Amino acid sequence: MNTGIPLEYFLILASVMFFVGIYGFLTRRNLITILMSVELVLNSVNINFLAFNKYLFPDQFQGQFFGLIIIAVAAAEAAVAIAIIINIYRHFTTINVEDVDQMKF
Amino acid sequence: MTGNQLMFAIFGMLIIIFSILTVTSRRILRSAVFLLFVLVSTAGLYFMLNYQFLAAVQLTVYAGGIVVLIIFSILLTSHISEKFEVVGMKKQIFSGLAAIAGIILTISTILQTEFKATEVAAKEVDMEAIGLSLLNYGENGFVLPFEVISILLLAAMIAAIVIAKKGKTQKP
Repeated sequence: MNTGIPLEYFLILASVMFFVGIYGFLTRRNLITILMSVELVLNSVNINFLAFNKYLFPDQFQGQFFGLIIIAVAAAEAAVAIAIIINIYRHFTTINVEDVDQMKF
Repeated sequence: MTGNQLMFAIFGMLIIIFSILTVTSRRILRSAVFLLFVLVSTAGLYFMLNYQFLAAVQLTVYAGGIVVLIIFSILLTSHISEKFEVVGMKKQIFSGLAAIAGIILTISTILQTEFKATEVAAKEVDMEAIGLSLLNYGENGFVLPFEVISILLLAAMIAAIVIAKKGKTQKP
């Protein structure tokens, strides 16, 4: 067991990482960097699941399998997002979110 | 300060510094490499929590797969030497305020909550236990999420191929 590290430290670390991801999501203009911010957010949630599982319910598996499933969903999401980004680049020759506005009116 | 705490401090500092650099760096490839550092440090945290299997999955799928995919798409869509323009001051201030307010709210909630530590002995999480409960439908069984996630991955793979395939009508 982790002697000397309270559960709160993990939660604080994960929440700082989560909101750094949110900041990146709000300020970035490039689609790929927005995707990277989303990966930060997913990763911080994963830390939370594992820390809760280890500290509060060490005799169960739920947190761990949630973590596994989040990693799989993140992989699927990244694959689809990158396919979409490459297709957008083919149409507009840019991936800046402000220049991709064909469906706006 | 025990060794455990020292390792946690190192990983925590690495994660926070490199995640801030990931969202603020003006060169996109550097930003991807900083993201890689964040993911590897997170795998270190999983090792500290004694979840070896998840740490290995994190290293192979996240750090090995997703980051390589992101770097490939960066190379396909951007000029490496290009720098992003500086984000506008107003946008920076408001986004920063939103993020800091969120951090303060979350941390104050966390510090006010009493978490009940359990007396239950930790269960050994080895590969055999994980494999058995992934295909088990009884107590501690996770066969339904396993099947759902496999169908999701198949659908995502087909969707990615279909979307990225070059259409017949759009010639440059």
